[in-house]
Amino acid sequence: MSRVILSALLSHWRRNPLQLITLLAGLALATALWSGVQAINAEARASYDAAAATLGDGQYAQITARDGGAIPQETYVALRRGGWAVSPVIEGRIDGVRLIGLEPLTAPGGLGPVRAGGEADLGAFLSGSGQVFARSDTLTRLPDLAAEPVTAPDVAPNTALTDIGVAQRLLDREGQIDRLIVLPDQPLTRRPLSDIAPDLIRSAPQEGGDVARLTDSFHLNLTAFGLLSFAVGLFIVQGAIGLAFEQRRPMVRTLRALGVPLRRLILLMAVELALLALLAGGIGVALGYLIAAALLPDVAATLRGLYGADVAGQLSLRPVWWLSGLGIALGGTALAASGALWSLARMPLLSGAQPRALMMARSGVGQATIAALLLVLSGALALWGDGLLAGFAMLGALLIGGALALPPLLGLVLRWAETPARSATAEWFWADTRQQVPGLSLALMALLLAMAANVGVSTMVSSFRLTFTGFLDQRLASELYVRAADAAQADMIREVARDHADALLPLLSTERQVAGMPAKVYAARDHATYRDNWQFLDAVPNPWDRLARGEGVLINEQMFRRSDLSLGDEVTIALGTGLPVLGIYGDYGNPIGQVIVTEPLFRDLHPEVTALRFGLRSDPGQVAALRDALKEAGIPQAAMTDQAALKRMSLAVFERTFTVTTALNVLTLAVAGFAILMSLLTLAAMRLPQLAPVWALGLTRRSLARLDLLRAVVLAALTAALALPLGLALAWALLAVVNVEAFGWRLPMYLFPLDYLRLTGLALLAAALAASWPAWRLSRTPPAQLLGVFRNER
Amino acid sequence: MNVKTLFLLLFLPAQTMAQGFAGLGTTADGFATPQPDRALEFPADHGPHPAYRIEWWYLTANMTGPDGTPYGLQWTLFRSALAPRDGEGWDTPQLWMGHAAVTTPEAHHVAERLARGGIGQAGVEPAPFQAWIDDWAMQGPNFDTLTLTASGPDFAYDVDLAATGPLVLHGQDGYSVKSAAGQASYYYSQPLYDLNGTLTLPEGDVAVTGQAWLDREWSSQPLAEDQDGWDWFSLSFDSGDKLMGFVLRGASDFTAGTWITAQGAVTALPDGAFSATPLSWHEVTGREVPVEWQVRLPEQGLNATVRAINPDAWMTTSVPYWEGPVTINGSHTGTGYLEMTGYEE
Amino acid sequence: MLLHLDTVTKSYPDTETPVLHGVSLDLDVGGKLALTGESGSGKSTLLHLIGGLDTADSGRVEIDGTDLTPLDDSGRAGLRRGTVGVIFQQFNLIPSLTVAANIAFQARLAGRHDPARDAELATRLGLQKHLHKYPEQLSGGQQQRVAIARTLAAGPKLVLADEPTGNLDEASSDAVMSLLQELVEETGAGLILVTHSERLAARLPRRLHLRAGQLT
Repeated sequence: MSRVILSALLSHWRRNPLQLITLLAGLALATALWSGVQAINAEARASYDAAAATLGDGQYAQITARDGGAIPQETYVALRRGGWAVSPVIEGRIDGVRLIGLEPLTAPGGLGPVRAGGEADLGAFLSGSGQVFARSDTLTRLPDLAAEPVTAPDVAPNTALTDIGVAQRLLDREGQIDRLIVLPDQPLTRRPLSDIAPDLIRSAPQEGGDVARLTDSFHLNLTAFGLLSFAVGLFIVQGAIGLAFEQRRPMVRTLRALGVPLRRLILLMAVELALLALLAGGIGVALGYLIAAALLPDVAATLRGLYGADVAGQLSLRPVWWLSGLGIALGGTALAASGALWSLARMPLLSGAQPRALMMARSGVGQATIAALLLVLSGALALWGDGLLAGFAMLGALLIGGALALPPLLGLVLRWAETPARSATAEWFWADTRQQVPGLSLALMALLLAMAANVGVSTMVSSFRLTFTGFLDQRLASELYVRAADAAQADMIREVARDHADALLPLLSTERQVAGMPAKVYAARDHATYRDNWQFLDAVPNPWDRLARGEGVLINEQMFRRSDLSLGDEVTIALGTGLPVLGIYGDYGNPIGQVIVTEPLFRDLHPEVTALRFGLRSDPGQVAALRDALKEAGIPQAAMTDQAALKRMSLAVFERTFTVTTALNVLTLAVAGFAILMSLLTLAAMRLPQLAPVWALGLTRRSLARLDLLRAVVLAALTAALALPLGLALAWALLAVVNVEAFGWRLPMYLFPLDYLRLTGLALLAAALAASWPAWRLSRTPPAQLLGVFRNER
Repeated sequence: MNVKTLFLLLFLPAQTMAQGFAGLGTTADGFATPQPDRALEFPADHGPHPAYRIEWWYLTANMTGPDGTPYGLQWTLFRSALAPRDGEGWDTPQLWMGHAAVTTPEAHHVAERLARGGIGQAGVEPAPFQAWIDDWAMQGPNFDTLTLTASGPDFAYDVDLAATGPLVLHGQDGYSVKSAAGQASYYYSQPLYDLNGTLTLPEGDVAVTGQAWLDREWSSQPLAEDQDGWDWFSLSFDSGDKLMGFVLRGASDFTAGTWITAQGAVTALPDGAFSATPLSWHEVTGREVPVEWQVRLPEQGLNATVRAINPDAWMTTSVPYWEGPVTINGSHTGTGYLEMTGYEE
Repeated sequence: MLLHLDTVTKSYPDTETPVLHGVSLDLDVGGKLALTGESGSGKSTLLHLIGGLDTADSGRVEIDGTDLTPLDDSGRAGLRRGTVGVIFQQFNLIPSLTVAANIAFQARLAGRHDPARDAELATRLGLQKHLHKYPEQLSGGQQQRVAIARTLAAGPKLVLADEPTGNLDEASSDAVMSLLQELVEETGAGLILVTHSERLAARLPRRLHLRAGQLT
């Protein structure tokens, strides 16, 4: 019996392929956007995990040279002989590939390429010319290294691992070490680090360069986008399923009258939907893969440029990922279909045999009430909510509330527009538009969400960019940055600066716990560079004067928020030295705290720290000459970075981010446009009885079609008008609530009216494109078909 | 990387990894093999022999605290060569491993260190004698006067050693046969050091005195193919006599040993003279290990029970084994050390 | 006895007086009767109760010896599949299935599909040229013939026809009715015809009239 029933149910799709396509395409697109974004995130995270597993980044405390330079190998041996369980690491780049040398005997378990159960032969790794472990794509980028290449898929992307001895040889840095991994288990007795190697500094585990934490902000943007896109898709699915069920009501009634038990019918319809969801989910996952594969190189470039994180530029298929894609397609369908199935189960067998009004206009008052409640809830959460979860709940309430508010608001606006209508045609146009709202409401909600998401995310990304470039201007105020290898070179730089630069700003820093969090303490010379360029989030009057007098310190926003400090609070920057906070400055893309003290005070507190990095101020036109002078004095080019180059690089990185964002913008709008198209096509057949009388009364088919096109654009414009405030609220929530909860800094929000104008234009274009085909079909409707409306009337 | 696998890869040739300790029985490609007619020369032979595959400096001690509590101590430095040559820097194929342990009646503290040769992190110099890995060291002006230090996450020790007798050469003037098929090693001992020093334990520092036994052995293929482990005894009787005896477990057991009288006379024991039979077994970290033995040496009238002071003296090192102090009762009484390998499965 | 109704009463929440009030009725195997009455007299309700589409408030409905009162939804669905066939005024065809599939549908549901019987019915009802069309491509009379074929193909013991020609003009109405009578006669099934047409009612041997929920 089930087969007979199922064949009847499925015959509906065969007779109405457009509906089937809407359903499948909506669901597939929703899944594609979601899983595409997830794939990008998953790939990036897998890369970080691989990096953490191969390099011990973040898991272990590290010891590095105070001046950031190399550690002599003898120091490593001295530390071991002093009882320190440390393992040496050397790093370098060969043709862009990160080459890492490890010492497998002392490296912590789980680190390094030679693993239990693997084919690895430690003898070959340690002796002779050695081995280089890397992914196959990385190996192809490496030159011929005189070491045996070994393919190892679990090594971090763009990274090659080898024995430290081999790495020293390949990098031509015999006897040098870059950092030491501190093992968690240390012997009971060991000599203090300061006795053995006073020029080394130990940093706590999370500071070792926890890339994942830095990049979380970027991934949050992507995830928010993915989620919003899926919500847009769900509206389409909900629409398609609702329509299909509405149209199949008579069939359901007939089937039951012919003796099909209700429970079996509901079950089979659920199975039918599940099959369709799996099909659409499969297509969606495949599409998502394509989206991800297309965008990943840009994302990888962004992450590398922004945070120095190596992410694989190509995608690997992860079971978790495509399973979750199918899962979300099934779950989304269940969510969208549960209402329809429920009402079907409650439908009395003998109620009127005619289908109800197509999209039953949900009780307008009820919907408006729910929308209002959700918006109030979201406001309350924004004011009093606490924690990341509350932030996301607030986002959810805001979006759903906004979407639900759309139809009642549209109804209101259209009624208001109708009243002053001057001509009969205009009056009919507005009344008819109002009548179309219920049928189009789901598609319009999808458009609303798509636009709001786009406004929100692009505002966030653009604000981030503006803030970040501003921050770079502040931080990279000097025209040229130079790094000295040792004190002698530092003296040389000072000498050259005296003759060729306007000013020399030494960059002095040390690390210590401040106000309960790991922090870097910097020295600031009293110089106009700082006064002119730095902006404060909050500060006492004349902060630089007071700082110069040693009356206080400046702290970054992370420390201000996490340690709950405010202006005037005292922070301890050295034993027995507590100073009040004079100002708080923004500091983006950095997980730890920062404190700035005036240079003389810093030198008093830390006489052992010598400056090896300098910022040189000069006329921008004189930078080239300055570089030449430094080069003549024996400072290598690689030790110099000019500000313009740094900014250029940062901006290039942002361009990549925008490529990704723009691509996603266009995709979501396309999905929403598709929803409108499908709704209009479905409505078209049902609208003939409404249009036939107007046609009979003298409007041409062409002008009817024009009015239909106009109607779609008007509705889209009204939706866009509502989407703008919703999107801005969304951006505000992301920047001021979610960001602060997730990362400890608040990004200031900027408005980008031109972007919004462009987005609105795109939305109107999408609506017009979606409406043009149905309108064209209307203009070609044979008069006989319109006449048929009257003939069929009973 | 799994440390055990690492150890196996390092210290045992890869192709026989699955056989555990039995891997020591592989053929010695390119490595020197012990010859019966070579005379040992000191102090040079206290130093390393890089042409041989494997070598160790192995010290155990029985001690008592101020309150009479018995303690055991172990300090071992292993050398293993990936190839029969020496070298400078990271390039050397010589690898080093240290094991240290302190055993009390209630606890057993273990630590392990691994190091590459050639960079100064570990090594041995014959004179003045110095054997070290990381901060662990056994060193002194000569082989008779040494200080010994080691530390782990939960223990440390620092003791002085003074030899009270001559070195003992096992087997045929230091050429010690390890199987009926003729596998052999160079093997000598300093069986009697007076020890005093300090143990640092979680409970606090303990002043200890006692006696230590140092074994030196090197070879390239000490075990036969069919041998999968050994039970090794170093026993000091209250009479002043001492016995080193071992059983190599294989298709048929192979035993050997050395009897050292209180006066210092040394007798090498042929296969079968010494015997050891398990009396009771103890489960430690999932495997059964014999912790009580009946040892017999009829020609010396020895028939005694050897019992572990702490049956849980399991070495949780890369390749695990049992090593701990024992007490002797029966025809003879005294203390000693027991090492049992090949029980890791 | 094919059908036995004993003092059946049915009311709906939104009406004050019962739609059916103590209706008792017997029909022998192969028996045929016409049920007439004005709009709202309870004709359709009575037919729905007999067809297991609805349940009585009190009284007893027995078909072919089975009491319908204790049956749940799936039990009554089973009765509709196997024992009773209903021909609706609105035809109730499945729009997405072809004429042939519609005819075969109920028989397949009931598990006694016989293609030869389908073909015979299609020929007798003049549908053989339309088997591959969809219902929307047929005229009202043709659609009702498809509904009749669907019901008879399943071989019910009792055919219930609810104003089967209510949507048809007089000429096609007579033609459809004659065919229905002829085919039901051949199968030996019972027939209850609900109609407000005196002319149609007169075609059947027995005739009952419903007024205000009671048989007269």
